[in-house]
Amino acid sequence: MTEQPAAATPLLDVEGVSKGFPGVQALADVRLELRHGEVLALVGENGAGKSTLMKLLAGIYTPDAGTFRLNGEVLAIEGPRHAQELGISIIHQEFNLMPDLTVAQNIFIGREHRAGGLFLDERALNRRAQDLFDRLGLALDPTQRVEQLTVAKQQMVEIAKALSFDAKVLIMDEPTAALNDAEVDVLFELIGRFRTPETGVIYISHRMEELSRISDRISVLRDGRYVGTRVTADTDPKEVISLMVGREIVGEQRPAPSHPDGEPVLSVRGLSTKHLLRDVGFDVRAGEILGFAGLMGAGRTEVARAIVGADRRESGQILVRGREVSISSPAEAAKLGIGYLSEDRKQLGVLLERSVRENIVLSSLRDYVSGLGFVRDSRIEATGRDYVQKLRIKTPSTAQLVRNLSGGNQQKVVIAKWLAKDCDVLIFDEPTRGIDVGAKEEIYALLRQLADQGKAIIMISSELPEVLRLSDRIAVMAEGRLTAVLDNAEATQENLMDYATRFSSEGTIAS
Amino acid sequence: MSPTTTKPETGSQAAPTPSTSAYAAIEAGKPRMAWLRGSLQQLLAFASLIVIVAVFSFASPHFFTANNLVSILTAATVTGILALGTTFVIITGGIDLSIGTGMVLCGVMAGVFLTYLGLPLWAGVAATILFGGVIGLINGVNISVLGIPPFIATLGMMLIAAGLSLVISGTKPIYFSETPEFQSIMNLSIIPGIRFPLGVAIFIVMIIIAAVLLSRTILGRYTFSIGSNEAATALSGVNVRRWKIIIYTLSGLFVGLAGVLSASRLSSAQPTGGMGLELEAIAAVVIGGTSLQGGKGSIVGTVIGALIMAVLTNGLRIISVPQEWQSVAVGIVILVAVYLDMLRRRRA
Repeated sequence: MTEQPAAATPLLDVEGVSKGFPGVQALADVRLELRHGEVLALVGENGAGKSTLMKLLAGIYTPDAGTFRLNGEVLAIEGPRHAQELGISIIHQEFNLMPDLTVAQNIFIGREHRAGGLFLDERALNRRAQDLFDRLGLALDPTQRVEQLTVAKQQMVEIAKALSFDAKVLIMDEPTAALNDAEVDVLFELIGRFRTPETGVIYISHRMEELSRISDRISVLRDGRYVGTRVTADTDPKEVISLMVGREIVGEQRPAPSHPDGEPVLSVRGLSTKHLLRDVGFDVRAGEILGFAGLMGAGRTEVARAIVGADRRESGQILVRGREVSISSPAEAAKLGIGYLSEDRKQLGVLLERSVRENIVLSSLRDYVSGLGFVRDSRIEATGRDYVQKLRIKTPSTAQLVRNLSGGNQQKVVIAKWLAKDCDVLIFDEPTRGIDVGAKEEIYALLRQLADQGKAIIMISSELPEVLRLSDRIAVMAEGRLTAVLDNAEATQENLMDYATRFSSEGTIAS
Repeated sequence: MSPTTTKPETGSQAAPTPSTSAYAAIEAGKPRMAWLRGSLQQLLAFASLIVIVAVFSFASPHFFTANNLVSILTAATVTGILALGTTFVIITGGIDLSIGTGMVLCGVMAGVFLTYLGLPLWAGVAATILFGGVIGLINGVNISVLGIPPFIATLGMMLIAAGLSLVISGTKPIYFSETPEFQSIMNLSIIPGIRFPLGVAIFIVMIIIAAVLLSRTILGRYTFSIGSNEAATALSGVNVRRWKIIIYTLSGLFVGLAGVLSASRLSSAQPTGGMGLELEAIAAVVIGGTSLQGGKGSIVGTVIGALIMAVLTNGLRIISVPQEWQSVAVGIVILVAVYLDMLRRRRA
């Protein structure tokens, strides 16, 4: 036992850390101080250097310069396992779990109990996992396979794994990105329980409203540099955001309520699916943004998927400009001018390994084929350049691979794709997920601009401030039903939340 | 089964904290079907084997006889042993195309060790199996150290092995004139009365060894783990490179054994052929429900897959279906088996 560290010695001290990659200085002279027993929020736009810093602490990269100290002692982190053994545990945004293994097998992977050389003692493994869950108060079954768990439970497994190393420092990257409000409460409770005078948490998040709930102090990175630290209680989101982006953001203003009087472009009547949706009906008019609010799993994405024919409809009608249409695939929906921009941009939105211009013309490629069947590259280039300019996509050229673009610019490429297809109805599913604050503003402006040009826009979002800020009208869903459609003027965070939690108690018993 | 598998999670907690009750609410109504579904999958593969056997038994009186069943097992032995080893590789998400010609090369090497070099029987057999291990080791190093994709690395090895067999043997068969007892490794009858060959017994022992390795050892655990999420396994501190080399080497050892058995069966090392055998082995693995995406699979499934293929070939011949059509039938069975497996998974 060493003596109790002096009050002035921080738990984790990052000093003068730099890390460069070919062509990029990811971190320059960064410092950070995590005190005993605190939750330190770490914020910054995408590309500010948060994940590089995490990977340095995880031992995935080695720093070019600078030192890490844990309780005053200099750390030489040799690799991911070594970092964990030193007491630094990291929960990455993309979970590092093996879906085909059980909960216990995942937690103790690489540290298995062996009953003699090669053989495993599965029972001891499960017992050890159960002990851990009892200690942490987690309701997990050691023998269940991880692929059968909800995202929230998978995260519990990640946390249990991190804590099984007897962590002193717990680093969490966007831990609430996939959680609903009830699950966030559970997470925060767990963090509270982990926090003792010997431990500390670094909490990385984009969600401002969470920081005031969970963090004691907020440190800001911008462009690979340390900008400053504020005590959470003495600051407000506006100040933090301005530190992040280096300028004031004029946000929060409500849209001038537009009252497009034209015919609805898209109407949905009595839409139901086998598992979730029950009798969903609404209209979207040209020039308006219809926001969709609701908790995770309320069925918002399912509505979009059912409209464009990605999922089977049990019953219901879709009308485009008053005429009933039958849509059985996203391709047919696109032909009718309905584009769906998935929440899972990287999997379902863009081809990461193809160029910006190829992505832009992907849905409308037929318009770029000559009579002989050859693809007309020069016209594709012209269209690509046109949209790069119009949407201000930051890329050195239209030949750049989409992989190399930031999240915000990737999203713009997806939007350009659907504009090139000449869609009248655009359904955006979480359009700003994983996009940093500055780029969010640009996406908002773009959505508004598209509406002003006469497009009908449906925007699904889990962030209430975003829904309130952008939508002309707001549809609220709970348990697969539409519980309200409100004008922006009558909507508040409180009443939206109220409608989003109107669960029908008889729903589970009847039918 | 331990009781925790079926109990609702709140039951094990004496005093549920707010967090556990919140989760119980979120999770309510999610049935626990893992165990049932897992065994159902193998049950269905087994059931289709039974159905095929039943159909052939009705179709011909010569099918369901002790002698014919033994000859089915004998026919399944060599491909089956190749399939056992390659099951490990496929569960890691890899593939090994070199097992067919690798097996032929091992047979040739058995001839070199026993006939040309005059090693005693046990030493020649051991050297042959180890030679198979070396082929696997080279595959493993090429894949996990040099980073060559498994398909390409083992495609290269497949051609190298095919060529080396011809070069080393001078394109002529090698006969085991120095060790005539070599042929009894596969063919010796070990049960008086019926012709139950030693090779089949070796196959059964290898099934048990492979099943234990896959389900009860750290090697098996990492095989599934790598196939399930390689990056996460590496981040968890597992030396993924080393384990992949070990797994390909293990597959190579099975190839070496298959080489011994097939040469023993023919009483000679034939330097040609083997091309295509790797696909039969992979087909057996896939029919058995192992996913080419990695992370899922079982030895029992592979054995059932190998048996389904052997039964089909044997049964179709007995009911006098021309040989050309046998291959068509096997192809259809592969498509149907994999499609049914996908349906099951989609419904899950």
